[in-house]
Amino acid sequence: MEKKWEDMSPDEKQEARFQKWLSPEGVKFASPEAEKLYKERATRIKDAIQMKKRPDRVPVLLIPSFFPAFYSGLTPRDVMYDYEKANNAWKKFYIDFQPDAHFGCVAPGPGRFFDILDYKLYKWPGHGVHDDTTYQCNEGEYMKADEYDAFLQDPTHFFNTTILPRIFGALEPFKQLPNVTTVNEMYGTGIIFFPYGLPDVQAAFKTLLEAGSEATKWLQYFMAFEKEMPALGFPSGQAGYTKAPYDILGDTLRGTRGIMTDMYRQPEKLIEAMDKMTPFWIQKGIIESNMNSNPLIFLPLHKGADGFMSDEQYKKFYWPYLKNILLGLIDDGVVPFLWAEGGSNSRLEVIQDLPKGKTVWLFDTVDMIKAKEILGDVACIAGNMPMDLLTIGTTQQVKDYAKKLIHNCGKGGGYIMANCAFFDDVKPENVRTMVEFTKEYGVYK
Amino acid sequence: MAKDLVNLLADLKEQEVIKIVQDRLNAKEDPLKILEDARKAMEIVGNRFAGGEYFIPDLVYSGEILKSVTELVKPKLTKAAESKKLGKIVFGTVAGDIHDIGKNIAVFMLDVNGFEIHDLGVDVSAQKFVDKMKETGAPIIGLSGFLTLAFDSMKETVEAIEDAGLRDKVKIMIGGGQITEDVRKYTGADAYGKDAMAGVALAKKWVGAK
Repeated sequence: MEKKWEDMSPDEKQEARFQKWLSPEGVKFASPEAEKLYKERATRIKDAIQMKKRPDRVPVLLIPSFFPAFYSGLTPRDVMYDYEKANNAWKKFYIDFQPDAHFGCVAPGPGRFFDILDYKLYKWPGHGVHDDTTYQCNEGEYMKADEYDAFLQDPTHFFNTTILPRIFGALEPFKQLPNVTTVNEMYGTGIIFFPYGLPDVQAAFKTLLEAGSEATKWLQYFMAFEKEMPALGFPSGQAGYTKAPYDILGDTLRGTRGIMTDMYRQPEKLIEAMDKMTPFWIQKGIIESNMNSNPLIFLPLHKGADGFMSDEQYKKFYWPYLKNILLGLIDDGVVPFLWAEGGSNSRLEVIQDLPKGKTVWLFDTVDMIKAKEILGDVACIAGNMPMDLLTIGTTQQVKDYAKKLIHNCGKGGGYIMANCAFFDDVKPENVRTMVEFTKEYGVYK
Repeated sequence: MAKDLVNLLADLKEQEVIKIVQDRLNAKEDPLKILEDARKAMEIVGNRFAGGEYFIPDLVYSGEILKSVTELVKPKLTKAAESKKLGKIVFGTVAGDIHDIGKNIAVFMLDVNGFEIHDLGVDVSAQKFVDKMKETGAPIIGLSGFLTLAFDSMKETVEAIEDAGLRDKVKIMIGGGQITEDVRKYTGADAYGKDAMAGVALAKKWVGAK
C-alpha cells in the first residue's frame, strides 16, 4: 500500500514530487522522441539537484525576460497585450534554442488586466515606459513606517483596505471595506456590510470582476502553453514562486530605503512582520508545487546581495527568515530554486547551512570556484553566464566562459548552466552558443 | 562637543545626534558650524563605506539622519551656506530605464563630498544630457542604468555628446548593476564606478581634488 503523504519523510516527499514531474499526468507526447527528450531532461535536472547520482551531462537552462519577444521581432508591449503572440514567441524561443526546461510564458503578464485596475506599482511598455523596454518597478513606501502594527494585527485586512487601494487606482474605494473578522451574531451584521452598498465601492467591484475576466482569459493561454511544452519534450522548470521575507517586505511594501532604515529604527517590528509573512509564503510555494505537479519553486533573491547589507545584518534580518521559508518547503518535499541576484561572495558561508540535495542556487555574480568549494557538498549551483557577455560579447567569449564554468563547477555533477540574470535584447547567437556548447562540452564521460 | 556630533553622526547614532543638534541650536551656536560638522561626519561615512566597513543601508540611514539634522538647522540659518564646490556634475539614469536607487546614492555621496549635482532624474534622453551640459558647463557626466537595455542608451548618450562637439570637454562615468569594463568600452565612457564612493573617487581625480 502506498504510504500516506503525512507519514512520508521529507526525502520521500521530494522523491514523490520528482516522480510525478518525471511522468506528467495527462500529457500526450507529440512523438516518442519528445517523450524520450522529456524524460532525459527531467532526469538530468533531478540528478544535478539531488546530488546522489552524476547526471549524463551538465543541464542547461534559459530563463528569459523579454528575449523571446525581441527574438520574434515583437516589442515587450506586443507580448503583454497580445497573449497569442506571446505564446507563439515563447514557444518559438524554446523550440529554436532547445534548453533542458521551459519557464512558462508568464513573464509578460496580462497588460490589459493592469490597465483595467490602474496598477501603480510598475511602469510597463506603453504605460510609463517605451513599447520596446521592459516593465520596471515604481519604488516607494506602499506600506508606511508607522503601519507595522496595523499589518501585524491583521495582514489580510491591511492588504484589502490599505495596500490594494494604493497599488490599484481602481480599487481605491476598498479603503472603506469592513473587517469581516467581526461578523458574529445576527445583531449588527447588517451594519458591517453597508460599505458594499456604497456606489464607489460597487463600481470598484465591477472593475475588479472585469479584471478577473481578463486574468482568466490570459491564464487560458498560459495554461495551454504549460500543457503543450511538456508534450514537445520540455519539462517545466518552475511550478511557481515564493520569496525571502526581507524581500517581501522590502521590494513592494516598505521599499528599499524604507526597509533599510527600519533595520535601525524599528528592527523588532520588521522581524515580527517577516515572521508573520512566512507561513503565507511557504504555503504559496507548496500550493503551486501541488497544483503543477512540479517540485521546483523559484525564489528570486534581491536585497540580501553583497553590499546591500552588512554580514551582521544578513545574519540577523535576511538569512534566518529565508531559511525558515526554505525549510518549510523542503519539509514538504518542495525544491527551492533560488536565484541570488547581484553579488553573493560574502553570503556563501552563511547559506551553506542547509540539508544536502534539497536546493538549487542560481548565481548572478559570484566567484564560482569559491561557490563550488563552499556549497558543493550541499547544493546544486547554477548560472553565472554574465549578462554583459550575452549582450555585447562574441560567441568565442561565451564559449570560453562556459568552458570555465563547466570545468570549475561541473565536476561530479551539481552544476546547471544558465544565464546569470533574466535577459532581454541579447545576441541570439550568444544564447545559442551557450546551449550548444554545454550540450557538447558538458557531457560526463 | 563638535567632535561628539561628528563621531555620533558617523556612528549613525540618530537619537544622540538629534539631541546634540538641538542643544547646540538652543545654545545659539552658529548653525553653519553644525552643518560643517555634519559634512565632516558624512566624509567619515563615505570612507567607511569605501573601506568595506559600511554598507548601503548605512549610507541610506546616514542620509536619513542628515535630513533630520538639516531640517532642524534650516529655520535658524540667516545666510546661505557658502561652501566652495569642487565642480559641477550632470547626473541621470539613461533613456528607457527608471531605476534610481543606485543613482540616488551616488548623487547623495557626490553631493556630500562637495560636488554641485544637476540630477536629471530617470529615463533621461541623450538630448537632455547634452542640453544640461551646455547650460551648466559641467565637466563631468554621470550615466546610471540597471537594465542591459541601458547599455545602448549609454552608448547613444556618449555619441550625442560627441555629435554636439562636447566630448573633449567632459569626462563621462557610468555605473549600475550589470556594468563592467567591457560595457564601459562598448559605451565609449571614460570610466565606470562599481559603487557610489568609486564614483566620488573618479570625480575627485578628474577635478584634481585630493
